[in-house]
Amino acid sequence: MAANKRNATPIKPRRPKAEKPRRVAGAQSASTSLKDRLASWREHHRDSLRDALHRINLSRASSAMTILVIAIALSLPAGLAVLLDNARAITRGWDGNAHLSVFLAMDVQESRQRDLARQWEALDHIQRTKVITREQALAEFQALSGFGDVLEALPDNPLPPLIVVFPDSTDPVTLRDLENRLAAEPGVDLVQLDVEWVRRLHALIELGERLISALTLALAAAVVLVVVNTIRLGIESRRDEIVVVKIVGGTDGFVRRPFLYTGFCFGFGGGLVAVVLVQTALWWLGGPIDELLALYESEQSLTSMAASSLIILPMFSGILGLLGAWLAVGRHLGDIEPNF
Amino acid sequence: MIQFDRVSKRYPNGKDALSKVSFTLPAGQLTFLTGHSGAGKSTLLKLIMMIERPTQGQVLVEGQNLNGFGNRHIPLLRRKIGMVHQNHQLLFDRSVFDNVALPLIIAGYSRADIGKRVRAALDKVGLLDKEKLNPIMLSGGEQQRVGIARAVVNKPPLLLADEPTGNLDPALSEEIMDLFQDFARVGVAVLIATHDLSLIARYNHRLLTLREGRLIHDGDDRDGNGTGDTHGR
Repeated sequence: MAANKRNATPIKPRRPKAEKPRRVAGAQSASTSLKDRLASWREHHRDSLRDALHRINLSRASSAMTILVIAIALSLPAGLAVLLDNARAITRGWDGNAHLSVFLAMDVQESRQRDLARQWEALDHIQRTKVITREQALAEFQALSGFGDVLEALPDNPLPPLIVVFPDSTDPVTLRDLENRLAAEPGVDLVQLDVEWVRRLHALIELGERLISALTLALAAAVVLVVVNTIRLGIESRRDEIVVVKIVGGTDGFVRRPFLYTGFCFGFGGGLVAVVLVQTALWWLGGPIDELLALYESEQSLTSMAASSLIILPMFSGILGLLGAWLAVGRHLGDIEPNF
Repeated sequence: MIQFDRVSKRYPNGKDALSKVSFTLPAGQLTFLTGHSGAGKSTLLKLIMMIERPTQGQVLVEGQNLNGFGNRHIPLLRRKIGMVHQNHQLLFDRSVFDNVALPLIIAGYSRADIGKRVRAALDKVGLLDKEKLNPIMLSGGEQQRVGIARAVVNKPPLLLADEPTGNLDPALSEEIMDLFQDFARVGVAVLIATHDLSLIARYNHRLLTLREGRLIHDGDDRDGNGTGDTHGR
């Protein structure tokens, strides 16, 4: 158990207080002034925090284990979220390649084709259009495909007029709307979305997001349970103290407070260690990933966690710890009642 | 100070621990409470501490009916009651000073005030020089006196003691009794539950005797004391 903690911090005289007359009746009768009680309440909070840290430090090995379990549980979803953020940032650079190929009916004249292309540029979600006439298409096909001789043998140019539409978004729903709208335009024969892979990528990223959400939920629950268990053991080992505090008139809040602080400290500490773990992993993965990205001709480089996450993760984790402590205290503190 | 008005307590297992017990404890009086094990002494103390609630009847502390108290009032009630236990209930993870200071910390006294009051209480029980020690280093009698210092440190109007001399030899018991009598003299209502008939016999204080949950004797005559089969042991 704890060494004499208050011996180490001798009581400092602060301000003398005049003896207040004791009100005789009433359960609420108080022999201390409101100001004194506020000061004492603040002091108790500070003492509770100090006491929590002191006890965590006393049982260093088991506390470290608890904090590490929390850290590992949190670093998994946090690390994956950072990787996913990076994937999203990288694919944003690829969106420029997405386009729709709108094949017009064979009988659409070139002037009409150019009119359509101009009209469509005014539509929502279309960044620009590019006209490829039947002749251009034929020339390109002959140059690139190697089937030039075969095509020459045909009596007519078999290639339809084409308008390439560059959307300003890669959102799958927007693209599908655009595809349907263009297909309904007069003179349009076929709309081909050349961004299937973008869609798949987005679907994958969305899947990843959901997986991470589920993982976060499950592991957050694990953190809460770890803290519940740790605090439960703490309550058990301080049973005598709780009994005495209750006998001399300690409120439930007074008994609860040190445990809530302990839970928060475990959570917060676990969150801090999780940040370190994630950053270390990112640094370690940085080299190979940059190489991979270079192969995909991406300018992007692996970015670390956002500065805000460095605070948010420990706070979030601290709140989970607080929640765990609250649950443990709510369940087990009522069982401990004075008896003689 | 304390008033029991036809108080009965039946436990969930059907056992009647107290039956229609009525008595009044005025301020400034020392009263013994005796009876066999299982006669209802502990239950009576538990009702005053609101560890248990009566099945019937009323317990009044300072004129207030405890039946009207919710659970959140319990801590405030207990701050008015100093409780001394047979096994001292001291905490061995902190010093004597910190043990005695606990009720004051809970009640929200300032640090300066706590220092003053703890030393006054330790001085009263003659342990001022032991404040920095761990109570585990003290003798049984000294531990009991630390327990008493803790019970009286916030000057409660009521002092309850459950077998306070149970583990002490007669000389030490006398020291403890002297302390209790001092508190009664300054206006505290003191109730001492004890088996120790020789202790009761040595002092001429009011005696409440319980048998099977009934109050069979109440008075400062010694007739109900020890000699009969009531509590001869």
